[in-house]
Amino acid sequence: MTSVQAPLEKADAFGPLKRFVSRRASWIPVFAALALLILIFIAGQAYFGNFLTPRVISALLLDNAYLFILAVGMTFVILTGGIDLSVGAVMAFTGMFGASLLRDGVPSGIVVPVMLLLGAAFGLAIGVLVQYFDVQPFIASLAAMFAARGLAFMVSLDSIKVETPEILWLQSTRIQGAPGSFYITPTGIIALLVVLVAALVLAYTRFGRTIYAIGGNEQSARLMGLPVVRSKLLAYVVSGVCAGLAGVVFTAYTGASYPLNGMGTELDTIAAVVIGGTLLLGGSGFVVGSMIGVFVYGTIKTAISFMGADQSWTRISVGLLLLLFVVVQRIIVARSDRR
Amino acid sequence: MSTAKEARAIVEMRGITIEFPGVKALDGVDLTLRGGEVHTLMGENGAGKSTLIKALTGVYAIDGGSIIVEGTPREFRGTADAQLAGISTVYQEVNLCTNLSVGENVMLGHEVRGPLGINWAATHREAARHLENLGVRLDTRSMLSAHSIAVQQLVAISRAMVTDSRVLVLDEPTSSLDRGEVDQLFGVIRGLRDRGVAILFVTHFLDQVYEISDRLTVLRNGTLVGEYPVEDLPRGQLISKMIGRELDELDAISQSAARAIDRTSDPVIRATGVGRRGVLHPADVEVYDGEVVGLAGLLGSGRTELVRLLYGADRADAGRVEVRGRTARITNPRHAIDRRIAFSSEDRRAEGLVGDLTVAENIVLGIQAKRGALRKVRKSEQDTIVEEYIQALGVRPANPNALVRNLSGGNQQKVLLARWLATAPQLIILDEPTRGIDVGAKADIQRKVAELSEQGLAVVFISSELEEVIRIAQRIVVMRDRRKIGELTSHDIGVDDLVAFIADEQPQPDSPESAA
Amino acid sequence: MKKILTHRLMLPIAALVALIVINTIARPSFVSVTVKGDQLYGPLIDILRNSAPLMLVSLGMMIVISTRGIDLSVGAIMAVSGAVALTIIDGSPTPNDLGTVLGAIGIAVLIGMLLGAWNGFLVAVVGVQPIIATLVLMLAGRGVALLITGGFITTINSAPYKFMAQGYVIGLPFAFFVSVAAVALVALIERRTALGVLTEAVGINPEASRLAGVRSRGIIWGAYAASGVLAGFAGILYSSNTMAADSNAAGLYIELYAILAVVLGGTSLMGGKFTVAGTVIGVFTIETLRSTILFLGVPSAVAPLFLAVAVVIVVLIQSPRLRSLVTRTAQGARPNTSEVAR
Repeated sequence: MTSVQAPLEKADAFGPLKRFVSRRASWIPVFAALALLILIFIAGQAYFGNFLTPRVISALLLDNAYLFILAVGMTFVILTGGIDLSVGAVMAFTGMFGASLLRDGVPSGIVVPVMLLLGAAFGLAIGVLVQYFDVQPFIASLAAMFAARGLAFMVSLDSIKVETPEILWLQSTRIQGAPGSFYITPTGIIALLVVLVAALVLAYTRFGRTIYAIGGNEQSARLMGLPVVRSKLLAYVVSGVCAGLAGVVFTAYTGASYPLNGMGTELDTIAAVVIGGTLLLGGSGFVVGSMIGVFVYGTIKTAISFMGADQSWTRISVGLLLLLFVVVQRIIVARSDRR
Repeated sequence: MSTAKEARAIVEMRGITIEFPGVKALDGVDLTLRGGEVHTLMGENGAGKSTLIKALTGVYAIDGGSIIVEGTPREFRGTADAQLAGISTVYQEVNLCTNLSVGENVMLGHEVRGPLGINWAATHREAARHLENLGVRLDTRSMLSAHSIAVQQLVAISRAMVTDSRVLVLDEPTSSLDRGEVDQLFGVIRGLRDRGVAILFVTHFLDQVYEISDRLTVLRNGTLVGEYPVEDLPRGQLISKMIGRELDELDAISQSAARAIDRTSDPVIRATGVGRRGVLHPADVEVYDGEVVGLAGLLGSGRTELVRLLYGADRADAGRVEVRGRTARITNPRHAIDRRIAFSSEDRRAEGLVGDLTVAENIVLGIQAKRGALRKVRKSEQDTIVEEYIQALGVRPANPNALVRNLSGGNQQKVLLARWLATAPQLIILDEPTRGIDVGAKADIQRKVAELSEQGLAVVFISSELEEVIRIAQRIVVMRDRRKIGELTSHDIGVDDLVAFIADEQPQPDSPESAA
Repeated sequence: MKKILTHRLMLPIAALVALIVINTIARPSFVSVTVKGDQLYGPLIDILRNSAPLMLVSLGMMIVISTRGIDLSVGAIMAVSGAVALTIIDGSPTPNDLGTVLGAIGIAVLIGMLLGAWNGFLVAVVGVQPIIATLVLMLAGRGVALLITGGFITTINSAPYKFMAQGYVIGLPFAFFVSVAAVALVALIERRTALGVLTEAVGINPEASRLAGVRSRGIIWGAYAASGVLAGFAGILYSSNTMAADSNAAGLYIELYAILAVVLGGTSLMGGKFTVAGTVIGVFTIETLRSTILFLGVPSAVAPLFLAVAVVIVVLIQSPRLRSLVTRTAQGARPNTSEVAR
């Protein structure tokens, strides 16, 4: 029997760098995003002088906690090669529904699980349309977005104030070393926990690996006998649950629910995920990258408010960054196709 | 080579019948796979090879017949069922996930798990062990995309062995490998065979068939031709069994083909050393006015690849093309069309017709594209053209407003031919224009080609049916293993000579990768 | 052909007729048209008038979808074009001058075209997926519009501009004539030239079209540019209706309504065959649905819920799986193919 050793020798011959590239190529976009983030930090600090303070950094996590959670769910869906446009609207609807229940005196121990279940139901509905009826993910999640937005307004046309102490506690509690130093709120802890759990699930469970396999080549995944249908449904459910959880966090953050919450948030989320290095074609990307993408988004927003410039610059900058990353991705894909 | 003559049958497929809407893809086909044997499945395009494989691997449900695995009748509802029965498949386009690591691809779905999820260290160790069983040593943590197709094939085979498969189906695994890689693969296959695995092998490369197989099953047009021990079936016989003999009378066409061609002036097209790395060794072709040049060779021999380069459907990276003595740069189809070169693809549905448009719209599409969007072919003009070609080619139904996708294969081919003839080409390239169509339509098309060439049109004609090529062409360019191996004049040879030429036992050439 | 045409448009026509019948039964005033002065009033007239921006956008969307694409940026382009036109008029010393207004409209529509061409460039040349390529502009476009108006809602007084959406000609809203003109123009350009059939060919089978010599790149590019022009004009109509450049509200969700109108009108999201008539019917169906929802006393904010239901019904009807499920139950056949062989 002949023995194939060439690739191993090659790796040795070109040293650790080559070896790193052959093993960890998919992390490169994440590092690119990280480099971008650091660049923005440095530029901000150089320009404003008081940019990199514990207060600003802590606020990044606080202000964008909901976005971290949404981005995690979106990462699952995009990794399978799909997309979920409903997250902003589902977040608004679960927030509204939850707030109305709380107003009616339902204990938060029931309300929060109900919100998560509602989100899961939306995710499941999208997944069923995509998986069983061959509806494009774009259209299926669009319908869910319409439905959720309409339902949010059906709950109430006006904002509902939330006075439940447990919910507000999520936001108001600040765990802080010393006055003026870094702090974190329970919402921030939830966001980081979600990122951590999702990262572990994607890296260390068969479900997670199946998600990557589907995104890499769905046909192959089927032929390998992996549970494609179940995993894809579950990816949308994860995104739905994340949207529900974001509903909880966002309600806590604003102390009220408003049916117009999260307008356009789905676009911010997608942008953050893509900037964080996840390929829109699926199969490549990490929740850690998405987290960095959200940080980039949040930092740009903060920088723009520091400048006192119009917040419309946020969307413009994020749009341009998205363009840059998509074109770069396109070039990378085109190059690997040629090979 | 055949080690276990009376080996135990692991899989018996009996009377397998599969129907697609309107077509019987397989009709009562038998296949027996024995442990410790390499069994090769042979047949031209459309013979039913891939359908049979898909029945065996659970992709298609069978409409008739039975599949017996180790004495137990089985019914496969999906690929997972077949895998559970011990049947694994390695497909031509390696069906792995290139975005994951080598080890992961071997172990996906079978990862070693601990209390905290997947134990990656153990999983990679296990993967390395499976790879090493095949004599392959790789960095299992490297990305699959970093490796060649050949290595990916081996990874796919290792994966199949993780589930302890007793039957391994290899669907054209060698089509994109070079010689050295093929040797590695064959080494692995022999190793598995000696361990008692039953191997079903599909390839278009005759040399490889005789190098590795113990037994052959030949299919033609969805039916079984027969099963033969490899030593009982020499090449010539194998090819005639695959191709079959069509004994209809088309003497008029033969007479037309016997015409003398004026080769004194510049040819319509002269290609010198046209090739593309990994696709086709540089080849020379020229076609004169009124001449039909046949391209003969088996599928995958480079015949389609050559004409696609001539037409600019794919870019050549070597060689020079002259049209009527003037250098022509043809890098996309429009360049070819501007020089009045037309090309009818072998894949009518995917690359020829626009299925949801009507017959009339499909026929004028060529003229329309040439004129540009703004100068629309007027209704009256369109009616005249469409009417003319429907008549001339006998398109049925003779309804210009029928959707093309609802037509039979033969009529679709006629529509495609009409599209190109309507553009008044000086050279038309017809890739398998008679494939999968009924005898009447075949004769119609051949007659039309002969008639057009008599009127001065230059034609390149590709067909798997060698009689057709001999009948219609003045000159035949013979291809094998992605290179041109020679040229014959058709009126002094018969099918047997051509078969012998194609099958000619010669050392297998290097891969085009190294040559181009 | 006649048969196919009727078949293709049967669903949208039936939906529209059903809606009109239900409305008429529920409130007979629905079909009544009253004359005040020399102008016509009534719910149907309102539908004709209000549907104009959606009509323009849907026509552009139809062409883009026919190439197997999608244009999410139409709402943002509307916002930009409205902002441009109003800012020009606002800054002009003669806002009531017809020349000023026409110039402003011309520039705004030209910018719409450039934005559309930019989308086309990303899709046809760079090869970015249409959803993402147009998402970029969808994200950034409204921001740009806000910058143009300086973050404010620019309001103007300009009689000629106001006439665009609110004026009447021979008793009917001028906006209605604009949409008739757009429909006629699109139908003429697509069907009188070969553009329509070449667009369909590219959408149905890109590879066959390429081998047949169709300039698919130019056709795709042109489709997005056309969508940009039409969205630009829709932005003018929208801002003329409110006489304000509200960059956040202009054309909000219109891309979704337009996609729905096109799909309702029988054009598949997978590209290919399109009919202008179908899209027109789709637009009127949606506009009638909106009017109905409003009449039912449902807050307009809740209307998306009904649209969601409509979207789901339409995609389910289009779903091959559902169709094969129906046929399969009818025939009792059961291939494994849908699992793997797609």
